Amino acid sequence: MATVTQVQNPAASVAKARTRRLRQFDGHDRWVAAAMVGVPTVLHVTLIWIPAIASILLSFTNWKGIRLSDIKWVGFKNYDQIFNAFQRNFFQALINNSVLLVFLFVGPTALGILLAYLLDKDMRGKRIYQAIFFTPVVLSLAVVGFMWKSVIYSTDNGLATQVFGDGKSMDWLGNQSFFVSFGDYGISNNFLAILIAIAWRHTGYIMVLYLAGLKSVDSALREAALLDGSNEWQVFRHVIFPSLKPINVVIAVITVIEALRAFDIIFVLNTPRKTEVLSILTTNNLLGEGGGNVGRGSAYATILFVLCVGFVVWYVTNHYLKTQEGAEE
Amino acid sequence: MTPSTAIDSRRRSRLRPGRVLLYTFVTLTAVVWLIPIVGVIYASLRPFADTLQHGAFSWPRSSFTWDNYRNAWNQSDIPHKYWNTTVILVPALGLTLFFSSMVAFVCSRYSWRFNITLLMVFTAGNLMPQQIIIQPLFQFYNHVELPSFLSNSGKLNGSTWGLILINTAFQSGFCTFVLSNYMKLLPKSLNEAARIDGAGVWKQYWQIIMPLTLPAIAALATLEFTWIYNDFFWAVVLEQQGADRPITSSLANLGGQYFNDDNLIAAASMYVAAPTLIVYFALQRYFIAGLTIGAEKG
Repeated sequence: MATVTQVQNPAASVAKARTRRLRQFDGHDRWVAAAMVGVPTVLHVTLIWIPAIASILLSFTNWKGIRLSDIKWVGFKNYDQIFNAFQRNFFQALINNSVLLVFLFVGPTALGILLAYLLDKDMRGKRIYQAIFFTPVVLSLAVVGFMWKSVIYSTDNGLATQVFGDGKSMDWLGNQSFFVSFGDYGISNNFLAILIAIAWRHTGYIMVLYLAGLKSVDSALREAALLDGSNEWQVFRHVIFPSLKPINVVIAVITVIEALRAFDIIFVLNTPRKTEVLSILTTNNLLGEGGGNVGRGSAYATILFVLCVGFVVWYVTNHYLKTQEGAEE
Repeated sequence: MTPSTAIDSRRRSRLRPGRVLLYTFVTLTAVVWLIPIVGVIYASLRPFADTLQHGAFSWPRSSFTWDNYRNAWNQSDIPHKYWNTTVILVPALGLTLFFSSMVAFVCSRYSWRFNITLLMVFTAGNLMPQQIIIQPLFQFYNHVELPSFLSNSGKLNGSTWGLILINTAFQSGFCTFVLSNYMKLLPKSLNEAARIDGAGVWKQYWQIIMPLTLPAIAALATLEFTWIYNDFFWAVVLEQQGADRPITSSLANLGGQYFNDDNLIAAASMYVAAPTLIVYFALQRYFIAGLTIGAEKG
């Protein structure tokens, strides 16, 4: 509440402004700010973080849902069951998540970066290509799932069957035999079919992010390196890629997160066995035939939580502490 | 000829075979990418008997028809499902942007004890898999009772409100992250000048910072429209039955309803896809800006 009289003395008003900057909120401003932050925070914490912690607690109970008075502590029983009775499903899911992680990096993430790099070379029709590659990302999973199930993988008249089937019908999504196997586990053929659908969706996402990054690269750098006699690969490897470190980190983070939380496409195309991932096992204990098993479902959720949390915390603290330093420079 | 055009023309002629290879590779990849989409559109325009007899990619033996679209519109009650989605999407989108812009504003424009911590909480909340929280959340929703004029099921579970709240809570993580990155870059002196003029916190938010943040809000609105519209998981679990299901999750059930007519489902799925495709093609610039503001500044 600066008054006219204060402004008349410049030195005093500067001093006043300085103390004001230290005290950012006065009077009821403090309450306004608290409400602006408080209401959204209460909603977010109540619906996201309290259930996340509740998942961990419930994983040590044998609750089947419904009545709260039925909650009984059973220690590590759910984990014992997961590792010793349902180990087939659990380890297969763990393998599938890992396969997905490696596949995303060497497949669609790499392809997305390549396409971005190519489109960035003033290609004619860049916007059209970009729109085509990105369209799968804006489609609902319900649509994507149906597309692949019926247009591509339909056992009798899908495109994949018509091209590769020699006139016979082929059960792409039901074929549980292993393509590669190690002991009782492996990478099943139907999971490979799902991986292709996931790649179709993931590539465009990475491409768009990388294109945005490439815009910030000084084209003179590339020109200079090319004139030096370096080939395209050397230019990308030694000039472009290192200069895009921030975007590389974001893309790596997105790829890891997507591999851990993959759900929708797999859920829509899922066949009962061999294509499960951790998120599917959690949900099956809620919706599936074993539905209503809160304790075991929460134990799967907790395992997923443990796998993600270190990575997420690392990224988030890194991001904010780094930008914090940047702001103070 | 200036030196730079000399370089340009030299490079272009040197790379000519390379350019041909480049266009061939990108075009072929684009064609492969289009196959599933073109396949669905093609199927939706043909009678199912034709597809069944000759395969999904056979030459059409009979003429194209809008019958599948007409039948899907009437039989699966598409208008009603669009409406269900609208009553979830509009409030959730508005609340998400409103809530996250307030949090981003107070956390990025003032420094106080937990401002960075709070931003971390929101960002991390959005990065976690949704399945981690679904068991307790489902039980929680089952235990919250609502009067019957708010919810047909009498509970938060199965109600439109439940989906609005969870979409808002989850999506505000990403939006807070993006908006705080954006607001942080506006000059610090804006707040100070406003304060000296006697503007309180709310006025600084609504009249000074928000107008300057509109490009980011517009970009996020486009993006979040698509994310919330396309939400599948919350709706599948928290709205398992009933007439209030949004269009995306109810399509998942169509498979059972018309299991013998894939082409009818193809037409129905085009109805599901249409709003996001329209928004994407009309507002492509904003859409991509929304994705990349977060990444570039990150």
